[in-house]
Amino acid sequence: MTETAPIIRFEGVSKHYDSFQVLKGIDFAVARGERVVVCGPSGSGKSTLIRCINGLETIGGGTLTVDGIPVTEKTLPKVRARVGMVFQQFNLFPHLTVLDNLTLGPIRARGMPRARAREAAMRYLERVRIAEQADKFPRQLSGGQQQRVAIARSLCMEPEIMLFDEPTSALDPEMISEVLDVMTGLAQTGMTMVVVTHEMGFARKVADRMVFMDHGEIVETAPPEDFFTAPRSQRCRDFLDKILNH
Amino acid sequence: MRALLLLPSLLLLSGCSSNWGWYVVNPATPKGWLNLKFLLSGLGYTVQLSATAICISVVVGLLVALPGLSARKWPRRLSRTYVEVVRAVPILVLILWVYYGLPQITGLSLSVFWAGVIALALSDSAFQAEIFRAGIQSIARGQYEAAYSVSLNYRDTMSYVILPQAIRRILPALGNQLVYMLKMSSLVSVIGMQELTRKANELVVSEYRPLEIYTVLVLEYLVLILIVSAGVRWLERRLKTDERA
Repeated sequence: MTETAPIIRFEGVSKHYDSFQVLKGIDFAVARGERVVVCGPSGSGKSTLIRCINGLETIGGGTLTVDGIPVTEKTLPKVRARVGMVFQQFNLFPHLTVLDNLTLGPIRARGMPRARAREAAMRYLERVRIAEQADKFPRQLSGGQQQRVAIARSLCMEPEIMLFDEPTSALDPEMISEVLDVMTGLAQTGMTMVVVTHEMGFARKVADRMVFMDHGEIVETAPPEDFFTAPRSQRCRDFLDKILNH
Repeated sequence: MRALLLLPSLLLLSGCSSNWGWYVVNPATPKGWLNLKFLLSGLGYTVQLSATAICISVVVGLLVALPGLSARKWPRRLSRTYVEVVRAVPILVLILWVYYGLPQITGLSLSVFWAGVIALALSDSAFQAEIFRAGIQSIARGQYEAAYSVSLNYRDTMSYVILPQAIRRILPALGNQLVYMLKMSSLVSVIGMQELTRKANELVVSEYRPLEIYTVLVLEYLVLILIVSAGVRWLERRLKTDERA
C-alpha cells in the first residue's frame, strides 16, 4: 500500500448509549481506494462504526476524520458530500419515482440543473441495469431492484467513499446476487468502500481487508486469505465457524 | 344504518306532523322562495370563513409542530405550552375575546369576518399541531437518514421527503378538522357574522317557524359537509402513491 494519508481515520473513538458502551476506543483507518468488509455478531457495533463515518451517529470520545476533515456537527455537510450510504432497508423515498429519488440530492443539495441531473441519473440507472424502471415508484420494484436504485441514488452524489450497511440482509435469497454484482462492479472502479455484510463469498472476492468486530472492539483485521484460512483469535474462529458451516 | 334513519322519521311522523308548516320555505310560493334564498345567502360566508381559517391554521399548526419535534428542550416546551393553552379555551369564548377583547389591547378594531377567522384559526391550530406532530413522527427514521446521506439539509429533508409523506398520512385527520371547522363557524354568528346560522336565526325571529327553518339549516350543513368529505376522499385516492405493496 502506498504511503498516502488514509481517507477515513478513527483514533480512540468511543461511544455510549446510556451505560452501554457500543464502541470501545476504536483505532482504524481506511486508505483511499481500499475495500474493507466489516463483520461480526449482531450487537458488536459494526453498524454504529460505519454510521459514525457520515455522522448518522455522533461519537462520544476520540477523533474521526474523513478526507482530513474532523467529523463534527459543523462539518457534516462537507463530510456527507464525500460519503454515500446504502442501507439495509433501502430507505428509498416512497412518494417519489425512481428517477426523482436519484435527482433529489443533486438538484437540492448541489444545485444541479434538473435536465443535467436527470441525464446523470439515467447513466447511473443504466450502470445498475435498471434504467427501464425510471418512472416507476419504489413499491412497484422488487427488493433487489430497490437496493440497486438505492446504490444508484448514492452514486449520483459522486461520493468518494461508499458505505454499505448490511445491503443484502433484507433481501430474498434469489435477489442477493444482483446487488452483490453491482457492488463488485463498483469495487472495480476503484471506489473506497466500507461494507458491513455477512456475505463471505463477496468478501473473499472483493475485500482488500477484513475487519472482525465483537463487543464494540475491533478484534482482528487481516487480508481475506489470512482471515478465512487462519483467524488468530478464538472469537473470530467461533464466528466464522457459525456463519460458514451452517 | 337503517335503524338510524328510522328514528328521526318516526319522530317526524308521530303525532307532531300537524305542527310542520313547510310553506315558510316552500320554493313554489314567492314568499317561501325569498326565505329560502335568504337562508342560502349565508353559504358563501360560511365557506369563506372556514376555508380561510383552515388555511391559516394548517400553516400555524405546522409552525407550532416543528419546534415540538426538536431535540432541544426549550423549543419543545414552547410548542407544548401553546398547544395546551390554546386547546383549553372554548371556541365561543375565543371568538368573544378576539372580537371584543383584542381591539382593546391592539387598538385595531377587527371586522367580524377577520375576528372570526382569527379565533377559528387560532383554536384549530393547536389541533393541527398535534396532527402534524403525529404524522411527522410516523415517518421512519430511515427516511431522514437517507435524505441526510444524499446531503439534504434539515429544511429540504422536511420539505421534500418528510412532509410530503406525512401529509398523505394525515389527510383523513385534516379532512376531519375541515368538517369540524365548517361546523364551528356557526359560532361566529354570535358576533354578527352573516353566515348560515345567523341567517337562520334572523329568519326565525321574523317568521316564528324554528322547526322548519332550523331543519333547513341542518340540511345545509349536512350537504356542505358531505360534499367536503367526498372531496377529501377523492384527494386521498389521488395521493395514494406511497402505499407500500
